Amino acid sequence: MTPGYDLKRVDFIFQDESDWKEILQKSLGRPSAELINELISSELKGRGGAGFPTGFKWKLAADELNPIKYIICNADEGEPGTFKDREILTKVPMKVLTAMAICGYVVGSHEAYIYLRGEYFFLQPALNKAIQEFQATCQELNFDFRINLFMGAGAYICGEETALFESMEGKRGEPRNKPPYPTSFGYLGKPTVINNVETLAHTYTIFKYGAKRFYDLGVQYSRGSKLFSVSGDTPKPGIYELELGMSLLDFVHDFGDGDTKAVQVGGASGFLVPQKRFAETTIGFQGKLTGISLPTGGSMMLFNSSRSMYNVLDNYLEFFREESCGQCTPCRVGCQQLLNGIKAVKRGEKNALYLDKLLRLTETMQYTAKCGLGQSVANSFSSIVENFREEMIY
Amino acid sequence: MVAVLELIDNLAGQYGRDRSSLLPILQGVVKQENYLSEYAMIEIARALNLPAAEVYGTATFYSFLEYKKMGKYLIRICKTITCSMKGKNQVLMAIEDMLKIKVGETTPDGMFSLLQTNCLGFCHMAPAMLINFDVYTDLTPEKVREILSGYLNKKGGADDTRI
Ligand SMILES: Cc1cc2nc3c(=O)[nH]c(=O)nc-3n(C[C@H](O)[C@H](O)[C@H](O)COP(=O)(O)O)c2cc1C
Ligand code: SF4
Repeated sequence: MTPGYDLKRVDFIFQDESDWKEILQKSLGRPSAELINELISSELKGRGGAGFPTGFKWKLAADELNPIKYIICNADEGEPGTFKDREILTKVPMKVLTAMAICGYVVGSHEAYIYLRGEYFFLQPALNKAIQEFQATCQELNFDFRINLFMGAGAYICGEETALFESMEGKRGEPRNKPPYPTSFGYLGKPTVINNVETLAHTYTIFKYGAKRFYDLGVQYSRGSKLFSVSGDTPKPGIYELELGMSLLDFVHDFGDGDTKAVQVGGASGFLVPQKRFAETTIGFQGKLTGISLPTGGSMMLFNSSRSMYNVLDNYLEFFREESCGQCTPCRVGCQQLLNGIKAVKRGEKNALYLDKLLRLTETMQYTAKCGLGQSVANSFSSIVENFREEMIY
Repeated sequence: MVAVLELIDNLAGQYGRDRSSLLPILQGVVKQENYLSEYAMIEIARALNLPAAEVYGTATFYSFLEYKKMGKYLIRICKTITCSMKGKNQVLMAIEDMLKIKVGETTPDGMFSLLQTNCLGFCHMAPAMLINFDVYTDLTPEKVREILSGYLNKKGGADDTRI
């Protein structure tokens, strides 16, 4: 899509869900290979941030021979600036439960969990009620499937899939080495499909309307629509479903306050895009041939010219330092050193060239940290320091 | 309210005695007691047949499993970027001023504790805070004073907002 077009608003996710029983029954009556092919041809990619093709994930788990398998809905939603998953679980919980059950049918699993972040404890009663109603229908349909709610306890890192398994197993939320991947060795060492809340909600749309309706939205490598959590300096903060592949310039035209200096795409672990790059940046998954394409869990934070980018970076680094699980040295010590380092430069105790040393440290973290948290600190650090170097110093 | 030992026994009965029941049991104790005492952690370890150090190591990993004594109402104010940009510090000052405590402290009567926390997921209604498990958004110093007055008025009453 070239800049200058209006953003395309989409209304799939929050569309009425009262037909969930029908969708469930219809899907359980189809061969599982057909359902997998439907998902694969929709080209749906995971909406939790990493963008793994959902159809292939289900297929990998379906091909495993283990009689015990698990389905997990990742509702840990901790990335700064992200608040869409709660909205889905509040407004259309039946879509998510239906999708989990269809996934269970496809891969051959009878046990599922929703891992809900502790901060959303207040959702528990409503969600339990929805689960009860859903279970009753599964029984009516003679479909052996149980869904349990598991509460997190205030740790961002538990959104990382293997840390989430550790947490459910009653341990510290410390990420595992990958491989093995969850589809072969997940919760309790069993084959596990773990999907983001929004990913599951999109599969409902695909099973309802067929792959084409979904595939026809978006651009190459980034099909369909996506929920965006919009916050910061904008006259209309909130949750919006938009077609993928939009240009950041058009986004800012629609959501900015007329004075947008930069947009942080993808939360603290994402990238800061300065105004001069808005036109060449599109929002979607990587693999696009022209311009820069950013994958995203959907967090869009806008900053206007009154904001200090130093304060923004300082805030992100404090977040990472606190949320690092501390298991590996590059991340544990790296986050501390980056935060101390920019403070020292700001106070004039270190000269500006020290920033280049810190940039090299983030590169090292990118290659040596064990999981996505430590690896992604480089994203916001380098994009902020390189584009707003003066603000780091003066 | 039951004694801690009985509570742990009930929770283990409800969730099972596997390691994977550890988090729900810890959460159940925090829900009643507001925090995990050393005694409670040792008893949980005994109930699940785990080394006490494992229970301690796990519990202290999670920011919502307090292991220091906390007030009846635990205030957690979000300090992540958007809340900070939208006036979190003014709100925090209003709370500190009204309750006469700083971040990390508990009022002498044991009613309120004040903490900062990372992104609560209400950036579009910033600034936001939790009091126990109730969310308050679009805060201003005036609004937060009103909210706290509400809690102060029911102070000592039988009700408890913990769900
Ligand atoms: C530090 C870190 C935090 C994460 N937090 C979340 C999260 O809160 N929710 C989520 O769905 N995925 C999160 N992920 C991604 C998960 O590891 C995993 O890729 C995702 O749940 C897969 O689902 P999807 O394929 O549907 O996106 C996180 C990853 C990392 C490295
Ligand atoms: S990169 Fe950070 S969060 Fe990830 S395992 Fe290492 S210390 Fe833990």
